[in-house]
Amino acid sequence: MSMLRCVAALMIAVSVASLAVAEEDTRVKGHIDGAHGSAAVEPAASANMRLGTPLTSDDIAKWDRTIFPDGRGLPPGRGSAKEGRVIYEQKCARCHGEHGEGGTSEELVSGPTPPSPDNPSKAIGSYWPYATTIFDFVRRSMPPAAPGSLSADETYAVTAYLLAANAIIPESAEMNAETLAAVRMPNRDGFIWIDVKK
Amino acid sequence: MARKLASEDLTPVAGGGLLHRRLFLKAGLVLATAQTATSLRAEEVAATTPRAKPEDPADPSWIHKPGLPFTGYGTPSKYEKHVVRNIGGNRTPQGDGVSWTPLEELEGIVTPSGLHFERHHDGVPDIDPAVHRLVIHGLVQRPLEFTVANLLRYPMRSRFLFIECGGNSNAGWHEEPIQRPAGSFHGLVSCSEWTGVPLSLLLDEAGVDPKASWVIAEGADAGLLNVSLPLSKLMDDAMVGLYQNGERVRPENGYPLRLIVPGWEGITNVKWLRRLHVTDAPAMTRNETAKYTELLPSGKARMFTFVMDAKSLITSPSPGQKMHGANVYEIRGLAWSGRGKISKVEVSADGGKSWAEAELQDPVMSQCFTRFRSPWAWDGKAALLKSRATDETGYVQPERDVLIKERGREGYFHYNAIVCWAVDEDGTISHVYA
Repeated sequence: MSMLRCVAALMIAVSVASLAVAEEDTRVKGHIDGAHGSAAVEPAASANMRLGTPLTSDDIAKWDRTIFPDGRGLPPGRGSAKEGRVIYEQKCARCHGEHGEGGTSEELVSGPTPPSPDNPSKAIGSYWPYATTIFDFVRRSMPPAAPGSLSADETYAVTAYLLAANAIIPESAEMNAETLAAVRMPNRDGFIWIDVKK
Repeated sequence: MARKLASEDLTPVAGGGLLHRRLFLKAGLVLATAQTATSLRAEEVAATTPRAKPEDPADPSWIHKPGLPFTGYGTPSKYEKHVVRNIGGNRTPQGDGVSWTPLEELEGIVTPSGLHFERHHDGVPDIDPAVHRLVIHGLVQRPLEFTVANLLRYPMRSRFLFIECGGNSNAGWHEEPIQRPAGSFHGLVSCSEWTGVPLSLLLDEAGVDPKASWVIAEGADAGLLNVSLPLSKLMDDAMVGLYQNGERVRPENGYPLRLIVPGWEGITNVKWLRRLHVTDAPAMTRNETAKYTELLPSGKARMFTFVMDAKSLITSPSPGQKMHGANVYEIRGLAWSGRGKISKVEVSADGGKSWAEAELQDPVMSQCFTRFRSPWAWDGKAALLKSRATDETGYVQPERDVLIKERGREGYFHYNAIVCWAVDEDGTISHVYA
């Protein structure tokens, strides 16, 4: 690291020299074929290397879309399985099957039982350890033709539909930031961390 | 340098006719290579295509007329048009799939950038570098935003590194051995010189809180792919990759910038990187829970299996190629390990009953492709070719039955077992489990 910082300091001097060379190159090139314009050679970052621009909390709010298993990051909103079923049929069933049984894309619905050698299902009910993951993935990535197009309410509704279809929550349950974070998935403890310690 | 072969040169050092690895270095002898499937096809075409006047190799037409003009950006010879990525696995939706590096067509250790494998979850975004930003926020003293132009001004470093998809070689879990060219089975791995800014410089500038232990990395593709990574690895040797093989990273490999996480599975090397959320716990995203985890026979699943274990593969001879009859051949292949340098590759011509050490071609670099070569006197009889890699930690690439006994068959990811090619008496090569 300290080596790199020394390099950074040296590069200031070097970049001044290379700037001159670059200008000369441009002249030569222009003379030969009439081409003009070349990238300006920016001075290297200083030893302090403060090229990042500070962000305000309002700026960060526009970027931050992380949702954690404990519910941190979940937006306001609500949705029910009944509402979600309608959205699912319109936007998801074509690839995932009419009832989440899978199609050109993976199956989503299985019983609420962890996987076993007889039933090595990786569908939501049997495999997914956290319900918040459904919300996060649907909101950022689905549907593939228009990711990010579902509102928070619609995303809660689709999440509720998928959880109810997997018999993890009752058909009548409403999902919101609080109730979704409280859902305990059947396979919560089904994972062994390998290359990082808990 | 070339000299006549002495009879002792052709004394095998292992079963099936494997010769001493240094034979070619001292003898410089002329030998056969397996003919590629594509050159076989080219010969068939040439044989059946009538030509007005055949070219005379001693006096071909192109030595008597001016050649083609200069080009702004060169492309491979038109005679090499068949050397392309094999696009596969595309389903509905279209942008979710892979393209395989044709490993069996390539030599050396660097993958041409245009042949680097692809795995996209929703296509290749068309990113304007003037608009793109990298944001670092969360458990930091100073949340920061970087333009691409500013990132290009930081001190950089280069490393030759392989990147391998966690799902590479997954057909190895199948009951029946898949019959495809080596690259269309194992080619979700490629090797490039990656140049960029050590991520620790940027994280230091933001001032990481001592409570932080994880970073959520997010790409700017459709779907905003996100994964959680331990902060310690990112501080240790990760880079913001800006250049690949000397030129700016190609769009399908993450332009204008991607995360480079040496030795770790492909998905952690987040392409089109736009956000690093420094935090104290993993986000448990879809791609680290529902995917890129490996279900074991016990019903439990391996999670955060970041490191790509040692693996090797014979690229020549390999399925789709054809032997030219009994002769001395050079067995050629690739080995790599996410844990460090390859320390040894052994090859077998008798299905693993006996092994001979292969020559490792310089340079041998950590977490990088290593090219191995081994001379082989093929007697024209049926043979079973295998290669077995050992890395500097002492880890030895496992046989398939050992891997399956440990992991079962539902893991899908991280298949790194020894690969076996069967050479038939007629010179055809197929994939077998043996």
